[in-house]
Amino acid sequence: MNRRNFIKTSSLASSYFMLPGFLKPLENLGFNSAQKNLVVIQLSGGNDWLNTIVPFKNDLYFQKRSRIGLKTEMVTFLEKDLAINNSLISLKEFYDAGEMSIVNSVGYPNPDRSHFRSMDIWQTASASNEILQTGWLGRYLDTSCKFSYEAIEVDNYLSLALKGKNLNGLAVKNINMLYKEVKTPYFNDLVSVTKDEVLTEDNQGYLYKTLIETQSSVDYVYEKNKLITNNATYPNTEIGNQLKNIAGFIASDINTKIYYVSLSGFDTHVGQVAKQNKLLSQYAESVTAFIKNLKELNKWEDTLIFTFSEFGRRVEDNASSGTDHGTAGNVFLFGKNLKKKGIINPGPDLTNLDNGDLKYSIDFRSIYKDILQNWLQTDADKIVSANVNPFNII
Amino acid sequence: MATTLSQIFHLYSRLGFGISYSEAKTMQQKSLSEIVTNLIVASSIPSYLTGIKKEDIPNKKDAMEDGMNKKDFLKLVNEKLQELNISWIKKLVSTKSSLVEKQTLFWHNHFACRVRDPFAMQELNNIHRKFAFGSFRDLLVEISKSPAMIVYLNNHQNRKQHPNENFAREVMELFTLGRGNYTEEDIKEAARAFTGWGISKQTREFEFHEKQHDAEEKTIFNRKGNFGGEDVINMLISNKQTAYFITKKMYKYYVNETVNEERVIQLADFYYQNQYNTGALIKKMVTSAWFFDTENMGCNIKSPIDYLVGLSRQFNITYSNNKLLFQLQRGLGMQLFFPQNVAGWPGGKTFIDSSTLLLRMKLPSALLNNSQIEVAEKIDDPDDQAKDQVFANKKLETEVNWTPILEETKDLDFDKLLKVYLLKQPIQKVIDKIKSDIALGKKEMILKIVSLPEYNLA
Repeated sequence: MNRRNFIKTSSLASSYFMLPGFLKPLENLGFNSAQKNLVVIQLSGGNDWLNTIVPFKNDLYFQKRSRIGLKTEMVTFLEKDLAINNSLISLKEFYDAGEMSIVNSVGYPNPDRSHFRSMDIWQTASASNEILQTGWLGRYLDTSCKFSYEAIEVDNYLSLALKGKNLNGLAVKNINMLYKEVKTPYFNDLVSVTKDEVLTEDNQGYLYKTLIETQSSVDYVYEKNKLITNNATYPNTEIGNQLKNIAGFIASDINTKIYYVSLSGFDTHVGQVAKQNKLLSQYAESVTAFIKNLKELNKWEDTLIFTFSEFGRRVEDNASSGTDHGTAGNVFLFGKNLKKKGIINPGPDLTNLDNGDLKYSIDFRSIYKDILQNWLQTDADKIVSANVNPFNII
Repeated sequence: MATTLSQIFHLYSRLGFGISYSEAKTMQQKSLSEIVTNLIVASSIPSYLTGIKKEDIPNKKDAMEDGMNKKDFLKLVNEKLQELNISWIKKLVSTKSSLVEKQTLFWHNHFACRVRDPFAMQELNNIHRKFAFGSFRDLLVEISKSPAMIVYLNNHQNRKQHPNENFAREVMELFTLGRGNYTEEDIKEAARAFTGWGISKQTREFEFHEKQHDAEEKTIFNRKGNFGGEDVINMLISNKQTAYFITKKMYKYYVNETVNEERVIQLADFYYQNQYNTGALIKKMVTSAWFFDTENMGCNIKSPIDYLVGLSRQFNITYSNNKLLFQLQRGLGMQLFFPQNVAGWPGGKTFIDSSTLLLRMKLPSALLNNSQIEVAEKIDDPDDQAKDQVFANKKLETEVNWTPILEETKDLDFDKLLKVYLLKQPIQKVIDKIKSDIALGKKEMILKIVSLPEYNLA
C-alpha cells in the first residue's frame, strides 16, 4: 500500500472506528510497500502424509501397507526417492517453479495421538505436556495487532489458533451476510452506550466486548470488500469457495495479515485411499486456483500459504484398509520467494520407528518461528516460547 | 420457608430450560428442597425417543445387495438423522421432565458420538436418558456396549491380531480419567482387553466375539491379569480420578464454569462414596447454600440448545419447518447428534464468537415475528457433498402464542420485565437507552430484553 492509498483508506476507516485507542500512530502500522499475508490451511483429522508424499521406492512402505500402499502409477516422482500422490498433481506446477517447499518429518517431542490434544498442540504451539489457552496466531494478534479482523478465519467458527488473550480473530463465512446482521439500529444503540464503558472480565463483559469489536471489524472488512468483484473460477467445493473469499479479501487491501481455513475428514481409520484422495484433490485443485488467482491479482509475492495437519498416521495400515493415529508428517509452504524450495530434508526413515510410528526431526514450532520472524516480521520468541531456532527456509 | 423469584429462575434455568413468570410465582410458597424434589419426581419416569425403528434403515450391505444405490441409502440415513434430531428438540421444548433431559444433554456431550446409523444413535440417546441419574458405572458399561459407540470408536475393528486403540484411548481421555492420568502403555494394553467387543451382523446388537478376543495377560495401571473389557471399566471406576473428572464437569455445567476446586474435591468424594450415583450428586449440588450465591447466578453462557429450547418454551413457539429448525442449531454452533468431534462441544465462551452472538441476538425478533432469517448450513462430513448451501431469507414458519405472555406480564413494567427474563442485569446505561423509546408496547419491550446479550447468560 502506498502512502496516498493509506491516507485515503485511513480517513475512510476512521469513520468506522469510534472506539478510543483504536487508531494507532502511523509509524506503528508498519506499512511496507506491500503487506504480507499468511494463509493457513489446516487438514483436520490427521492426514496420512505417507500416502501424500510417498516413499515409493521403499520396500518397507509396501510391506507395511499391503492394503493401502499407492502403486507406482498412482504417484508422480519428485526427487530424493519421494513421489507425490497423483491427487495432488496440480501442485506440481508450483513445485517445478520453485514456489513450493515440502518439509518432511515435522512433529514434536512426546507426540500425542489424540486429535484434540494434538490439534491443540499445533494450534497453540505448546509442548506436549503444556496446556496453553491461546493460539499461536492469537498471540500474534495480542502482540502485533489491534483489531480482530487482522486475523480472519473463513468459517462459521473460530479456531483456538486465532484466539488470543486480549484479542480474537474474526470468523467470517460470508461478509455480506455478516454485515447485514451487525448494522441494525438496535445493535448500534447497544454499542453506542457500552463502547466507552469499562467492561467486566466475566461472561457478561465478554459478550459486550465481542459485540463491539465485531461491529467495528465487520464494518471495515465489508466496506473494503464491497469494492471488489472476484470473477476467477474455483472448484465448487467448500475449500474452493473459502479460498476464493480469501483472494477477494487480499485483493481489497484490507489490513489483514492472517487467513485461516480448515478442510476436515482426514481421520481415515477405514477405507482410506478413496476418501483421502478425494480430499487431497479438493485441496490441491483449490490451492491451484487460488495461487493462479493471486498471480493475476498481483498479490502472489505478498502471500505465503502454509498447510499442516495435527498428526500423520501409523506406518502400518490396519485391517480395515485404513490407518490409525500416528505422529510426524509433512508441512507444505507455497510462496514466490522461498529461501529454500522443493524437498527440504530427507524423507521419513521407515527403519527407525518409535513403536510403529515415525520419529520427527523438525519441530513444527521452528517453522512457526520462521513464519513469524521472517514473514510476519515480528518477535517470534514472544509468541512461541519453545527453545527452538527459526527453520529459515522462508 | 418462602423462596425468592430470582432463586426460582436460577434453579429452573440450571435444572431445566426456564420457567414462566406465572408458574414461578406459584412456586414461591414452596421451600427450595421441595422444588428440587418436585423436579426430580417429575423426571423419575423418562419418556424415550422411539420415532426411529430398526427396520427403517436396512443394513447397508443388504441394501446394496437388494439394488439400492449408495446415494439413496445416504439420503435415507440423512433424513432419519434429521428426524431423530427434530424429535429430540421437540421433546426438549415440550417436556415436563426437564431435569432428566438436562442430564441427558450432559451425557450426550460427554459421550459425544456421531455415526450414520439413526437407530443406533437413538438407542445411545436412550441409554443416556435411562441412566441419567443412575450409576455412572452402569452407564459406562452400556455405552461401551452400544453399537453406536462401538462403531464410532472403531471397537468392532479391535481384534486380537490387529488391535485398534481408538476406544481404549477415548474411554480414558474423554469418558473417565482425563488426560495425564494414564500412559500410552495403559491404552495399548486396555485396547487388548476390549478386543472382541463387537456387533452381531444379524441383530445389529452388541456381541462378544470370543475368537477375536485377546485372552492373554495384560498389564494395565500396573496390575497384571487376563483382563477383559469390564475389568478395565471397573479399574477406571475404582480410580477416584474418574469421580473427580466427572464431578468437575458436572459442577461447570450446573453451578459455574469457573471452578471452585475445594468444593469440587468434596463433591467428588461424595460421588465416589455414593457409588457414582449421579442423581445424588446433582441433588447435593443444587441444595447446597452456595448454589444460590450471587457469583453462581447468571454467570454461565447458555449452550445453543439451552438458548433455543429456553426461548421456544418461554414463548410457546411451534415450528412447522423442521429443516430450518435443524439448520438453526448448526448456525448456533450445536446441532444435536452431530458433535464436531469426539470431545463434544467445549462449551462456555467457545460458543460465542462474532457470528453466533449475532445470530442469538437477532433470533428472538425473527422467531417471534415469524420474519426472515438466513441460516447457513455447513457440511463438514466427507460423505456429504463438500459444498456450502445457504438458505437465504427463509421464513422460519413459527407460531407464537403471545396471549398467556401478555396476560401474565400485564402488570409488569420494564424494570420488572428485566428481572423476569434476565438472570443477570445489564448496566444502567443500557437499560436507559433501551427504555428511552417510550413508544414501546409490551411485546416490543419483551423482544428487546430477550435480544440483549444478557439473555445468553444462565
